[in-house]
Amino acid sequence: MSRRAWVEQVMGMPVSIHLRGPEVRGPEAERAVAAAYAELVRLDGLFSTYRPESPLSRRRRGDLAAGSDEPLFAEVEGLCAVAAERTGGAFTAWLPDDAGELRYDPTGLVKGWAVDRAARELTGLTATSWSVNAGGDVLVGRHHHVPPEGADAAPWRIGVEDPRDRTRMVAVVPLSTGAVATSGTAARGAHLYDPVAQQAVDRVGSMTVVADTLLWADIWATALFVGGDAAREAFARNAPGAQMFAA
Amino acid sequence: MRRIAVWLLGTVTVLVLLFSYHTSTSSRFAPSQAAVAGRDATDDAPDLPESGTFDGDPVVTRFGVVQVRITVADGRIASVEALQVPNRDRHDVLINERAVPILNAEAVEAQSAQVDLVSGATITSQGYTLSLQSAIDRAGA
Repeated sequence: MSRRAWVEQVMGMPVSIHLRGPEVRGPEAERAVAAAYAELVRLDGLFSTYRPESPLSRRRRGDLAAGSDEPLFAEVEGLCAVAAERTGGAFTAWLPDDAGELRYDPTGLVKGWAVDRAARELTGLTATSWSVNAGGDVLVGRHHHVPPEGADAAPWRIGVEDPRDRTRMVAVVPLSTGAVATSGTAARGAHLYDPVAQQAVDRVGSMTVVADTLLWADIWATALFVGGDAAREAFARNAPGAQMFAA
Repeated sequence: MRRIAVWLLGTVTVLVLLFSYHTSTSSRFAPSQAAVAGRDATDDAPDLPESGTFDGDPVVTRFGVVQVRITVADGRIASVEALQVPNRDRHDVLINERAVPILNAEAVEAQSAQVDLVSGATITSQGYTLSLQSAIDRAGA
């Protein structure tokens, strides 16, 4: 079984796509991977908060009326509301800007959502297993004829970094379909915000969540890292089937 | 009441407990014994040549370009050298002084643990891992 890897810089981070299967060097694989990256680039163009000319930046400035022209804006706003509700407020799309003003910023949700969408391009590849690693958050899947278990399944082995000692992995998650997201403050300093305490989180460590979609794995990893017991209770209640572990 | 799967990991002892734990809510997330025994398992190791040096792709991260070179001896990664690391300002230098030697060790560990992908919270590390992955891919091509 052959394996092939691509890496592109999208959304300010390296995004790698790996394929495994007998035809990963064929034109269909090439086309599907290009389509997946193209979808990520398109969604980044819509939702970038770094580029002042993006539709979302214009919307944030008030240059663009709510829901005026882009149906995906309404979808993402709806998901942000659902995420805030399900996590008991531990997830928020309302983040303080440099001046301390709370502003709508769905970036934390858009990444997982966009990868879930882009990966649809890969699911039709015959006899192929695929993985997408977007800056440390991972989504894997397979063609529906590839068995999820057994000798032919060959699940992806996803190592989770030890946030205190990166010479080590705290766990290896074998997964043939699903998502693994890790949130933490290990090396980048405080970049996560606790909306309940209204302050940045600066504790060291990480939280990893395994779920069906990267959207929800990522939302819960962040919510559980910044949130306390309430977030864990919300997870137990509202995330059936998902798994978490702290490191 | 449904059991919440929360693990505080940090030591190998706790890790072994994790791998012997079977959740009642989902069978899909079942960290395998092979992770503990990873250093012994060689069945699905990447097919690396006997020896040689291979450069990874330069990977652009938010902090700058990361590129690594691996040296393969006896079919295993013997060492990893950083060809390019971000050093635009003092903060980056501080990150790199700490990160690069650690990541060198991680690369060799990742090889022995046979990990396909790495989930983590750091972007510079990710750039390094991706560059490492591309070097491994090139060595196996």
